[in-house]
Amino acid sequence: MLAVARRMLRNDEEARDAVQEAFLLAFRGLPRFAGQSRLGTWLHRIVVNAALMKLRRRRARPEESIEPLLPTFLDDGHSAISYVDWPESADRLLERAEVRERVRASIDRLPATYRTVLLLRDIEELDTGEVAEALGISANAVKIRLHRARQALRELLDPHLRQGEA
Amino acid sequence: MKSRIGKTVRSRGEEFITCEEVITFLLDYLSQELPSDGQLNFERHLAICPSCAAYLATYEATVRLGREALREELESRPPELGSDLVRAILQARP
Repeated sequence: MLAVARRMLRNDEEARDAVQEAFLLAFRGLPRFAGQSRLGTWLHRIVVNAALMKLRRRRARPEESIEPLLPTFLDDGHSAISYVDWPESADRLLERAEVRERVRASIDRLPATYRTVLLLRDIEELDTGEVAEALGISANAVKIRLHRARQALRELLDPHLRQGEA
Repeated sequence: MKSRIGKTVRSRGEEFITCEEVITFLLDYLSQELPSDGQLNFERHLAICPSCAAYLATYEATVRLGREALREELESRPPELGSDLVRAILQARP
């Protein structure tokens, strides 16, 4: 539970607070827990919600721009650079601990607005509508943020994985 | 920024959508949310553009790497005290 909150908030103290708040909410919500979903799933969702509430409170803080990590194009619509495939498959790359660590560190570098959508869609596997509701944004905004988050993560990994290193 | 979406380029006497269009709408293409002629236009572009084909391959690999690297971390951690506490509370409730 702490790992989920820590990945979303990138701050140990806030993550511990979120988990603590989640357990209080869980305790208060116990009478409503019908036992239809798994306990772990139910608690997990409460921790994610508590972390989201913390992120919302943070909104006033300025955030790093994601623009430098997005693709650029020439006036005729061609890519400004020529992309090359990585020499190793995802399966092979995942066998290496240093690659997995590089991926996690790169996700941590994404601006919170985008990292949150990536975590909720790709890791927590919420659908677009659920993420939109959780974050109070439109479904289209979720799709745009998810695409940009994946593009930015690809860009952060590319210099390392193109060379076959982590 | 001036939008170039919707523009086409000519290659070998044929019209193709641009790299910008492909990369901007990649998510819709992968989710198969484009109209059927849109999906077809993507595939025609990808067949003649090694750069966009490489971008697509590395984009899909990125999604897989992110998912698996974080799952490994979340699943490898031992159960935390808090979970045990709530489980105990659950068991104790009337």
